Amino acid sequence: MKLKKIAAGLALSIGASAFSYVAVAADTIKVGVLHSLSGTMAISETTLKDTVLMMVEEQNKKGGLLGKKLEAVVVDPASNWPLFAEKARELISKDQVDVIFGCWTSVSRKSVLPVIEELNGLLFYPVQYEGEESSKNVFYTGAAPNQQAIPAVDYLMNDLEVKRWVLAGTDYVYPRTTNKVLESYLKAKGVAPEDIMVNYTPFGHSDWQSIVSDIKKFGSAGKATAVVSTINGDANVPFYKELANQGVSSEDIPVVAFSVGEEELSGIDTKPLVGHLAAWNYFQSVESDANSAFIDGWHAYTKDDTRVTNDPMEATYIGFNMWTKAVEKAGTTDVDKVEQAMIGVTTPNLTGGTAVMNKNHHLSKPVLIGEIQDDGQFEVVWSTDGEVKGDAWSDFLEGSKDLIADWTAPILCGNYNTKTKTCSGQTY
Amino acid sequence: MKQMTVVKQIIVRFGLLMALSLSLGSSWLHAQEPNSENPAPDQYAVSISAEVKVLFQELVAASLRDKSKILKQLDQHSGREMLPMFEAMLNGELYYQPDGLQLYQVKENASGNAVAYSVFGGELVDGLSIKKFKKVRVNNSLRKQLRNSIARIQLLYGEESERKAAAETMLSAMSDSAVALFQEAREKETVKEVQQLLDVGLAMNTVSTSVDSTERVAAIRALSSRLELPVKNLLMRLMDKNSDGEFKEADPLVRSAAESALKDIDGRIAYYGLLEKLFFGLSLGSVFLLAAIGLAITFGVMGVINMAHGEMIMLGAYTTYVVQLLMPNHLEWTILVAIPAAFLVSGSVGVLIERSVIRFLHGRPLETLLATFGISLILQQLVRTIFSPLNRQVSTPDWLSGSIELNPIFSLTYNRLSILIFSLIVFGLLMLVMKKTSLGLNVRAVSQNRDMARAMGIKTERVDSMTFGLGSGIAGVAGVALSQLTNVGPNLGQSYIIDSFMVVVFGGVGNLLGTLVGSFSLGVANKFLEPATGAVLANIIILVFIILFIQKRPKGLFPQKGRAAE
Amino acid sequence: MMIAKTPLTAGSLTSGFTSKTTAIVVVVLFSLTLLASAANLWLSPDSPLYVSTYTITLLGKYLCYALLALAVDVVWGYCGVLSLGHAAFFALGGYGMGMYLMRQIGDRGVYGNPELPDFMVFLSWDSLPWYWLGMDQFWFAMVIALAVPGLLAFVFGWLAFRSRVTGVYLSIMTQALTYALMLAFFRNEMGFGGNNGLTDFKDILGFSLQSDTVRVALFAITALMLMLAYVLSHFIMSSRFGRVIVSIRDGEARARFMGYRTERFKVWLFVYSALLAAVAGALYVPQVGIINPGEFSPINSIEVVVWVALGGRGTLYGAIIGAVLVNYAKTRFTAIMPDGWLFALGALFVLVTVFLPKGIAGFIEQRVESLKKGASGSDRVQGSEGASA
Repeated sequence: MKLKKIAAGLALSIGASAFSYVAVAADTIKVGVLHSLSGTMAISETTLKDTVLMMVEEQNKKGGLLGKKLEAVVVDPASNWPLFAEKARELISKDQVDVIFGCWTSVSRKSVLPVIEELNGLLFYPVQYEGEESSKNVFYTGAAPNQQAIPAVDYLMNDLEVKRWVLAGTDYVYPRTTNKVLESYLKAKGVAPEDIMVNYTPFGHSDWQSIVSDIKKFGSAGKATAVVSTINGDANVPFYKELANQGVSSEDIPVVAFSVGEEELSGIDTKPLVGHLAAWNYFQSVESDANSAFIDGWHAYTKDDTRVTNDPMEATYIGFNMWTKAVEKAGTTDVDKVEQAMIGVTTPNLTGGTAVMNKNHHLSKPVLIGEIQDDGQFEVVWSTDGEVKGDAWSDFLEGSKDLIADWTAPILCGNYNTKTKTCSGQTY
Repeated sequence: MKQMTVVKQIIVRFGLLMALSLSLGSSWLHAQEPNSENPAPDQYAVSISAEVKVLFQELVAASLRDKSKILKQLDQHSGREMLPMFEAMLNGELYYQPDGLQLYQVKENASGNAVAYSVFGGELVDGLSIKKFKKVRVNNSLRKQLRNSIARIQLLYGEESERKAAAETMLSAMSDSAVALFQEAREKETVKEVQQLLDVGLAMNTVSTSVDSTERVAAIRALSSRLELPVKNLLMRLMDKNSDGEFKEADPLVRSAAESALKDIDGRIAYYGLLEKLFFGLSLGSVFLLAAIGLAITFGVMGVINMAHGEMIMLGAYTTYVVQLLMPNHLEWTILVAIPAAFLVSGSVGVLIERSVIRFLHGRPLETLLATFGISLILQQLVRTIFSPLNRQVSTPDWLSGSIELNPIFSLTYNRLSILIFSLIVFGLLMLVMKKTSLGLNVRAVSQNRDMARAMGIKTERVDSMTFGLGSGIAGVAGVALSQLTNVGPNLGQSYIIDSFMVVVFGGVGNLLGTLVGSFSLGVANKFLEPATGAVLANIIILVFIILFIQKRPKGLFPQKGRAAE
Repeated sequence: MMIAKTPLTAGSLTSGFTSKTTAIVVVVLFSLTLLASAANLWLSPDSPLYVSTYTITLLGKYLCYALLALAVDVVWGYCGVLSLGHAAFFALGGYGMGMYLMRQIGDRGVYGNPELPDFMVFLSWDSLPWYWLGMDQFWFAMVIALAVPGLLAFVFGWLAFRSRVTGVYLSIMTQALTYALMLAFFRNEMGFGGNNGLTDFKDILGFSLQSDTVRVALFAITALMLMLAYVLSHFIMSSRFGRVIVSIRDGEARARFMGYRTERFKVWLFVYSALLAAVAGALYVPQVGIINPGEFSPINSIEVVVWVALGGRGTLYGAIIGAVLVNYAKTRFTAIMPDGWLFALGALFVLVTVFLPKGIAGFIEQRVESLKKGASGSDRVQGSEGASA
């Protein structure tokens, strides 16, 4: 029966690809979708494209926005970073979109950023990231390090009494920053330097034998040990498989991951992962009315009851809802007005509670920690009491502890130095 | 959200009260009351006291943190009869009926449906709607606790392997009660291996608690041949200094004994570390070999720069996925079925490619690079369209999971070991085909001198197709093996293509033995470099080495000799 | 066994770079640049002939790729050296320019550090690594941007050609080279910004990179460089040096027996080609606004080769046609059918190699030839099947 579905999918997508050119209607509000549909990042980003399309469809069913229909403009930046910038320029200056939902990797966001700022566009970025940024033209609806990494470490330290830490990550900016933040946080909490092991691996690393063996040795010193993993996407499956095969169980050395969600698990044999942890702002398994409505909508939209939902999807959902609210509030899609209207906008989370857009263009969201179950879902084992406010600039990094972002008057700056009272590097 | 949980808790508490009052006098576990015609006397059920039953009811509804306390109480108030319940809970098979708070073990039966069993006794319970059951939630710390509880029981009552595992588990957390248990177990124990483990535990206890210096030194001496990690940790603690730089351990005799014992242990650890690295290297080499061996045929023998080689591997991996979809109830067999299936799928795609594209490009090797690159793009996108860009789940059968533990610090993982052996078998078979069959003879003839071969009556066109099909088919088989190690997704092939070319070129194009030697030496070199340099730098160093090596020996490790080489 | 047939190629020596074609290419490029620039700068955006800055930037990018393709064509089409590593020279040139642009940001970075680029502050480095010193001087940065790739090409070429590493081996080695560099640049410790690369540039030589005039100027400079490179390559290929190069392609052993030190010819040609690629990279970075280790990826190098093959190798203008055409198709297809464009691209590569072995240029020449034949009744034999390894 699954095969039939695959065959149907084949027929459908060939059809779709032939006719996906959208005719330009006259009076619509255009929503740009800038997610890779091919290349290495297609794995993660295709889902977000579908999420935006679903949200657009639902909004249109509700009668559109400001009396106009929404129209999605989808392009494929093909996991190619310069192409991201080019496509962003195309969306804003050629297609004249009013807002863009897009990007996944930090480098794609960094590539798009100068273009968005130059052309005064509006970007909603839905993925957890390293922080250290706040642009007037970008709203960050994913988690900052203090909304994911630090609560996770707190949980491990307080509830599991972990004393020794392995910070394992892929060698790029998100793990580097997160681990830096965590290292100084752990040291501030009195963890000795020899109880912290930091390890970086290249993208798509597939031979984890030596590293897992090292972790095993590191974890056998008689103190409770945990791995904080910022290992990216594809490298995770071989990592967990190797852990399981070398007999490292989640009870001995739990791994808490920040990039492993439902979507990633759906492509994995989850048996070896049961009991390992992940920290997110959303889990599909959280029971709430909003969430079950969202999941049902997603299943109906994709015509597939087995499709999972994940955190970046919720971030897209929140971002989209906030944007529609802000547009209604401002009465226009004009970027400057919407940008001001966005600050302070609230919208319900899928997990209960409300998300607030703060002055620094980051969200306040709850943090949840889940244990991986054998069905590929997470069991929430811990959550913060309330919402955690996203920090654009980490308090645990030397360069950024004096910086704040505040996009309201009188500061109006993404990187305002509270000591020197200056705003550096703003070109607008 | 929060309110909901509160309400839920109230309901649960209320239900608990009701259930308590109802269950007074009635048999708590009536579900495992003999449903079958011939009821076996259940030794465990009778011994469950009312006190324990109350604890059960608290357990199912309690928060994760309270569960831990309740489990501790259960430990104290009960004995080995708890084992099935602990095990069910550990495996996440323990469920309860929300209305009656009764415990069941829910497992899949032979036909793959979830069915309820009574926890104590294990009989099938019919006629219950399992959908309404709730799982007794566990988390990591509970699992750890359960494992320890199970170990305590199994140490005395388990099978031999269970007793051994239990002793190993308990070594890392020796307490007074554990010592008592160890003593009890030691008296009963008849198997030498387990006896030794128990002795280790007791010796460790002596070292840390005894006041008699000679006794402690003797115990340390006894421990010096053991590789169990708790032993090493204990000895290391003896060498600890306090903040003033003085040894925490006052007895110099004990310290010097510990020092020499540690030296002993460290020497062994270093030795096994070396063996481990060697194994890791060979295992990496076997992955290289599997990935490259098909290329050694299509590229090495036929001279086609086959950029679509990675995609042939990918097709093999996807074949494994489809095979698993088709036979979900025979997971253990799927890999064995997938191997010939993948060979056929990739092989026929290979023949198709050869017939439709490559045969037009004879004598233009560099152009085959372009055409096959185009083919690789098409195949990737095809897979993306058919199976979605997401990775697909390929399960690992049980016989490929886990590891053989040769000693506490050296174990070989089954999947790596199997792939190592498998790669050698594939290589051996391929050599046989090339050396002993008429196909192999023809292939070699055509690759050495096409015109002459044709003149001798060999159907070169057919041989070309067969060769390309063979190379592609082997790549497909490699895909089956790789599906056990890494992601099965559209980009699978891309990650192996460069390594494969490196291996073939390093070993010497056209020489299968070179590919074998090349892949294993690169694998081992990589793994010996990695600890010193990190994974990335090791990779770079290897690449630079190959570049320099090729300058020295432009035709690789084993250059082809004779006229065919030019 | 790699080389089955190496046909003698008399025809290809003359095809492709007759002075006439060179003149045509230069004139076409020149007028296109002039028209596009003028249409952007002086026409109002409402005019139907207006060329948007987006299009200008896009054209600029295509021309950078064209220059890179030209570089590959010089070594592959004329010397039979198939380099799968030209992305490395391109990216190194790009990094040179990127470092200069990065230093130009000065204290306008987010951390406001006057000396260190943002990513170094981020990694809590306290001083500039030595190889970043002096990169704030434009002339010095440009010298580095050319010298490093040039030197790399020289060392690599000298080692490889001297040991007579040829054909497929050489291709795979160049691929290993760029792959190793990619891995190295991905490392954050290297001090080139790791995966994020260098980005968020502000201005070049004091001019803001965001202004239309600067964009048009960059585009025009790229076009100019491409013309220069074309004329220079034409000149080199029609010189005695160029004839030796072609003879090496068609039979290296023969050329060697004639007394030529073939490896020297090859090394210098390789260095020349690497320099062209580096110039292309240096011009590429300010126009697309980012340089990242992904540019080193071996796939990129293969793509360049495909452009050249599509356009027709051994004909300089073919490389330009191929690069522009494929990239234009890419831009169009990713917008029109995002799910299916890889099918189209893949099919294109296969069809061209099988049915148009001499690429578009070969096709054009055949047409021209047959027209001439029809007119003059000449019996000139069409050129070779193209070079092989």
